[in-house]
Parts: sequence; structure tokens; C-alpha cells
Amino acid sequence: MKLELIVLAVIVVFVAAFAYVSSTGNHEWSGADGQAENTISQLTGGTYQPWFQSIYTPPSGEIESLLFALQASIGSIIIGYFLGYYRAMAKMKAAKAADESEGKTNARPAR
Amino acid sequence: MHIMEGFLPHPWWEIWFALSLPVVAYGVYRMNLIVKERRETLPLLAVSGAFIFVLSSLKMPSVTGSCSHPTGTGMGAILFGPWITSVLSMIVLIYQALFLAHGGLTTLGANTFSMGIAGPLVGYLVYKASMKSGLNLYIAVFLAATLADLATYLVTSLQLALAFPAATGGVLASFEAFLAIFAITQAPLAVVEGAVTALMFKYFIQLRGDVLVKLNVASAGVIQKLKEASL
Repeated sequence: MKLELIVLAVIVVFVAAFAYVSSTGNHEWSGADGQAENTISQLTGGTYQPWFQSIYTPPSGEIESLLFALQASIGSIIIGYFLGYYRAMAKMKAAKAADESEGKTNARPAR
Repeated sequence: MHIMEGFLPHPWWEIWFALSLPVVAYGVYRMNLIVKERRETLPLLAVSGAFIFVLSSLKMPSVTGSCSHPTGTGMGAILFGPWITSVLSMIVLIYQALFLAHGGLTTLGANTFSMGIAGPLVGYLVYKASMKSGLNLYIAVFLAATLADLATYLVTSLQLALAFPAATGGVLASFEAFLAIFAITQAPLAVVEGAVTALMFKYFIQLRGDVLVKLNVASAGVIQKLKEASL
């Protein structure tokens, strides 16, 4: 459990930092890529125009968050599936090994 | 956060494609070998890809008052090396460019280079060096994943700086400006990613330490010791 607690502590510090920064001053919490866009505009004196547009842009923030959530959930299902599969395999293996060693000491007849 | 669609002018977008595509092509070849010959490692390959998928969808707030997302590429780099991780990263980048207007198709080469190649390469080298110097495996994983994440955004800043040198101060001045945005925002996220990746390795070791030995992640002796230690 030790490693879990360390990771939990790291996440708590991260959330606390967010809460602290949030409570002090106004922040947009915009994306770093959008800020880079502003910097590009400053560096080029506003002359740079992106020469290609995204072929599809989610029509609203809701639909965008749906697609991001979909991405996260698909990934989580895959991770959870295989860790669960591995866990069950390990358990069955251990149970089988225990069964076999028990079988030897008690000399049970094979079914 | 990747370079947005259309934001890399000629000749830079072509240059980054030219650098990335051969690596990804070789990565596809390596991945095919694994699929054919080492099927017992496939679940971990799927988990590595899925981990990138999940982490790069999580836009998290940082101390700078802006948001960015982790990359998740450290895990794949440690388990399968940078070649294969470049393929996994490119798949995720294509999904985000096509459906989310996040990153872009014209900047796919540059974004694959930073997230799929430079980051994982740094992570892989840091992991190997840490293990060689006898560090604890979890600390090695933490360092590798954290630095892979940071290196990704260092390279992103460099890519933008090369394409948009400042009128005074040139590439170096722009590099600093982009670093201020990407690197500082990314640092806390990178630490969280490193910690979570280390935790994932604890479960891998408990459940399938044998596969980690086959992938040359650690020797059987190291895995056995970590399995017995109740960390």
C-alpha cells in the first residue's frame, strides 16, 4: 500500500496547488496551446495566419467533452480489462497450485 | 498540448514529417514482429497504448493558471522502447487531430516527433541509465516517465521557436517564450504522470513479472525481490 499512498500524496499536493492558484487572482485556465498561439501572434506581429484548418471541429464544448470522455473511457476499459484478466489468472494459478499440493499430501484419488 | 493545425509554416511541417515517418515505419515493423512472435506481451502493448489514450485526454490545470495534458508515453517507452511507442503515439495524435481539432494533420509530423519519438527516447534512456546505476525500479520508472513528459514539451517549444524566431533575440528568445508557456505548465503534470506510471508498474510486477523479464525491463532477480517487498 505504500506506493499507493505516495501517489495519492502527490495527487493531493497537485490538487492543493490548483486550489491555491485558483483562489489567488484571476486565471483563465485556458489551454497552453492557445497561449502559444498568442505568443506566435506577438512574435510575428500578428501577421501569421494558420494555413490549414482542422477538417472537423466539434460543434460545441459539450460535444468536444463527449469525445474527450470517450477517449478516456475507451482507454480505461482496456487497462481495466487486462489488469483484471491478469489478476484472475494469477488467482486461478495459485488456487490450482494449492489444490495440487494438497492432493499430493492427502493422496486423494484422481477423479 | 500539441502544435495546432496549420501553425507550422513551410518548410518546417515537411521537415518534421520527414524525420518522424521513417521512425514510425520502423516502429510498425517492430510491432509486427512482437504481434507475431511474442504474443504473451500483447496485453501490455494494449495497456501501453490505452495509457497514452487516457492520459492525453486529461487536460489538467497547472500552477501557471493554464491547462495542459500529460502524454503517457513513458510506460510504452520502458516496456517496448521508443520505436513502438512512436506508433502508439501517432495513433492517438491522429484520433485527436481528426475528431477533436486538437493538434492537427499538418502538424502531425512535428507532434509525433515530440510526443512519440523525443519524449519516449529520453524516457527509455533515463530508465536504462537509472537501472544500470542501481536505482530502485519504481524510482527509475518515475524519473523516466516524468522526463519523457517534460522532454516532449521542450521539443514542442523548440519546434515552435525554430519556425517563429523572434525579431530580436532570434530562435533562443522565442524558445524561452514558448518554454515559459509549455514547460512550466507541464512540470507538475509530469510529476503526477511519473508517480502514476510507477504505480502501474507495481501492478505489472505483481501480476505479470515474467513478461517484464522477457521484455528486458528488469532481471528476474530484481522482479522477484520487488514482488516480495510489500511496497
